[in-house]
Amino acid sequence: MEQKNKFNNRLGIWGWLSGGRYGLERYAYSLHRLCGLGILAYFLLHIFVTGSRIDGQGSWDSAMSSVEGIIFKIGEFLVFFAFAYHGLNGIRLILTEFGVFLGKPKRADFPYKQSTLRQRPVLLVVMVLAAILTIVGGWDFFIAN
Amino acid sequence: MLKESTYWYLFLLAGLFILVLLSIHMTIMHLDQLLVAIGIGSGDVLKFQSVLARGRQSFFMVSYIILLGAALYHGLYGLRTILFELNLKKGLQTAITAVLLIGGLGIFVYGTYVAIAAKMM
Repeated sequence: MEQKNKFNNRLGIWGWLSGGRYGLERYAYSLHRLCGLGILAYFLLHIFVTGSRIDGQGSWDSAMSSVEGIIFKIGEFLVFFAFAYHGLNGIRLILTEFGVFLGKPKRADFPYKQSTLRQRPVLLVVMVLAAILTIVGGWDFFIAN
Repeated sequence: MLKESTYWYLFLLAGLFILVLLSIHMTIMHLDQLLVAIGIGSGDVLKFQSVLARGRQSFFMVSYIILLGAALYHGLYGLRTILFELNLKKGLQTAITAVLLIGGLGIFVYGTYVAIAAKMM
């Protein structure tokens, strides 16, 4: 209990808005969680909307027509982006969890090299790959369809 | 009851399952025109007959159920982690865990029923 109070999360979810001295990775963390919550909300609705298929074609067509329109299309595209980012950043986080890209522990000599900076190129690769997937998805959602 | 660290590693493992299965699902359902462009898609993925045909295949039924379980666990455990970071009282934490567990199991049973029923259509 003492430890809980010592590290009291007094900012709550408002702490997600500011990276502070944690920099880019803190914003990546906030976006990761925001995307995760968005995907979860969509997924729970998705289960029930697509569940209508077992009630026959009429029920399926009715369910599909209720989620037509540009608002839903944009929403689906945002879910696509959220999955691309959350998935790729999730790989980075799992690798980081097991110490990959962080380097071996060693004595801190000046000029200091933080482990955060060692794995930052991976974050940049994640961003670039998510951007490429989002562009491909955007083409499929809004131009080809 | 497992150790909290075991639940955490299961959360990571579920994430990897989702990554593979949802990538396949997203490519089939949302990059359908890209698949048509490279010559391996029909482009009619949302038509009832296409939905029916996929649902009848054992691969899709099994992958839907695994994806459902993995995504529910990963998503609801993630939500629980976020909520617990708000330093909630112990009683509220227990209540949240119970609601997410019962809700998640209920949705899993419903989704599994749908996947099996669709296989038999």
